[in-house]
Amino acid sequence: MLADLVDTLLQANFWIAVLRIATPLVLGTLGVLLCERAGVLNLGIEGIMVAGAFVGWFAAYQGAGLWGGVLAAALVGALLGGLHGVLTVVLALSQHVSGLGITLFATSLSYYAYRVGFPKVSTPPTIEPFTAIGAPFDAIPVVGPILAAQTPLALLAFALVPAIGWLLYRTPAGLALRMVGENPAAAESAGIPVAATRIAAIAAGSALMGIAGSFLTLAAFNAFFFNMVNGRGWVCVALVVFASWRPGKALLGALLFAGFDAMQLRLQQGAGSEVPYQLWLMLPYLLSILALVLVARRAAYPQALMKPYRKGER
Amino acid sequence: MRLERRETASRTAMLVAPLVAVAVTLAACALLVAWAGAPVGRTYGLLFDGAFGSRFALTETLTRATPLMLTGLAAAVAFRARFWNIGAEGQLYLGALAAVAVGGLHEGSGFDAPLPLLFAGMVAAGMAAGATLVAGPALLRNRFGVDEVVTTLLMNFVVLLFVSWMLDGPMKDPTAMGWPQSVALDPELEFARLLEKSRVHAGLLWAVGLAVLVWAVQRFTTWGFEWRAVGASPEAARFVGVPVGRVMLRAALLSGALAGLAGVSEVAGRTGYVTLDMSPGYGYAGIVIAMLAALHPLAVVGAAVFVAGMLVGADSMSREVAVPSYIADVIVSVSLLAMLVATMLAQYRIRRR
Repeated sequence: MLADLVDTLLQANFWIAVLRIATPLVLGTLGVLLCERAGVLNLGIEGIMVAGAFVGWFAAYQGAGLWGGVLAAALVGALLGGLHGVLTVVLALSQHVSGLGITLFATSLSYYAYRVGFPKVSTPPTIEPFTAIGAPFDAIPVVGPILAAQTPLALLAFALVPAIGWLLYRTPAGLALRMVGENPAAAESAGIPVAATRIAAIAAGSALMGIAGSFLTLAAFNAFFFNMVNGRGWVCVALVVFASWRPGKALLGALLFAGFDAMQLRLQQGAGSEVPYQLWLMLPYLLSILALVLVARRAAYPQALMKPYRKGER
Repeated sequence: MRLERRETASRTAMLVAPLVAVAVTLAACALLVAWAGAPVGRTYGLLFDGAFGSRFALTETLTRATPLMLTGLAAAVAFRARFWNIGAEGQLYLGALAAVAVGGLHEGSGFDAPLPLLFAGMVAAGMAAGATLVAGPALLRNRFGVDEVVTTLLMNFVVLLFVSWMLDGPMKDPTAMGWPQSVALDPELEFARLLEKSRVHAGLLWAVGLAVLVWAVQRFTTWGFEWRAVGASPEAARFVGVPVGRVMLRAALLSGALAGLAGVSEVAGRTGYVTLDMSPGYGYAGIVIAMLAALHPLAVVGAAVFVAGMLVGADSMSREVAVPSYIADVIVSVSLLAMLVATMLAQYRIRRR
């Protein structure tokens, strides 16, 4: 068993799978992170990912090109995020309820639109998805073949980790974003428009969620299926807590989760095949919960998370 | 322009708000129907007829509304105490599985016990299963501050996999020819039919009865007072000595038990056995229903009938005109968002500066 494990960890194929599984999780987790750092929970992620998956695929199918699809997914994500922003920031509705409402709305609207567009197809129409990058990455020793097997969208996701870290900790915009999530009253007195900053952060984060969804239809698969997001959005919400709202740790969490997912697939087929496969599938979810419990005590929640802000009110 | 809270919520505004929300929803969804190329008036007519227009339609709607009332109540009681139980879907499945474990295994007749005792055992097992499932996240929330939204959500996936495992293995129906379906419940344990030639079953009475009971407890008892106090403001409740953690735990367990009962009711009242597709998201729909009802237990009954009507009506409508039945979910979600905005605005006035 242990020998099998070590053997698996040494295979390039395993790591290729890990990065592929991690990509939408990284994008989604960064999206949640931006929203929550600005003080707003966004449970709309599951539905925004469905909408991103559908719109991205549909745009590519209509000839907008793959990057056109990614852009369309980002725009739809930003729009839905803007709606969530108006509901939670301007109208101060419950962030839980608004988010779940957005998820239901985005999911059902995507399914409806898909069925209106393609009423009687038994096999989903396909597109030509992103292909592996290949050169020049395959020239790099050791990690080269693993990176070269990824799609450009995956590289974008991993490049966004340091980029968002830099944005949050090294730019005035990032400081403003963190301030409205920690102490909106102080931000207000420093001249930062709290509502506008929060809405902008939600829209940006939701755009990333949309791109995360589009990865599924434009890179991981080549068509749109019902239920294809399958809880990935909720996993991202858990990963952000695990990551203590830090981009670097978010990447680590996504890789860990993807690692367990890829590992269980291999154990299912190999050494662990006498164990019911459902138990292996449960593992990533149970480990997410365990991780939440372990970090909960020292979780550094953004201080104003889930607290609506109104001028002049305490 | 800015929003300003009214000192006392205007009664007319609160009554008009839901009507405005429904009107906005119907207008918005009419655009979607027109986009699909169907005549709007006829589509809405078919939708309404399919939901409430005949004896058959009405009984089907009530049958569909039964689990939705229970999951709606489950969400309403938890949310009232600010415990965000998003795991009703999993709790429903585990309740259904527990019911079959008590009343269906052991050569198809359940445990060897007198029938009334076995029936009580079946119901209790289902409710206990749902409550146990939510106890973990509730205790984690109270003890370690682990966010219950994420844990209850993730448990849904774990439970579905557990059910799938049980249907593949220990609880598999050997006569189902490879379909993943559990052994059947002893027919003697099934809920009574309420009406001839329909699928309406006694679960409906349970659901309505429990809605009244929950309302009465919230309205007239000390427990209910503490419950509402925590919902209004946990800090203020703690300040006056309400044991907030305990109240929250109580509400969470009741919520899980109600969702578990929804599972029992589906197995004993409708399907007779457990399958992996027995709930098309009743647990999640319950959250929407609770919000549409503004967390009021009695209003949950009406909201559940509305949502069930949309689902049943859309199914029958989509057989006649080229409008996908997913329009039902769109209508429900848009009405939720519209209702939230409308009731919020009803408490405020917009003031120009």
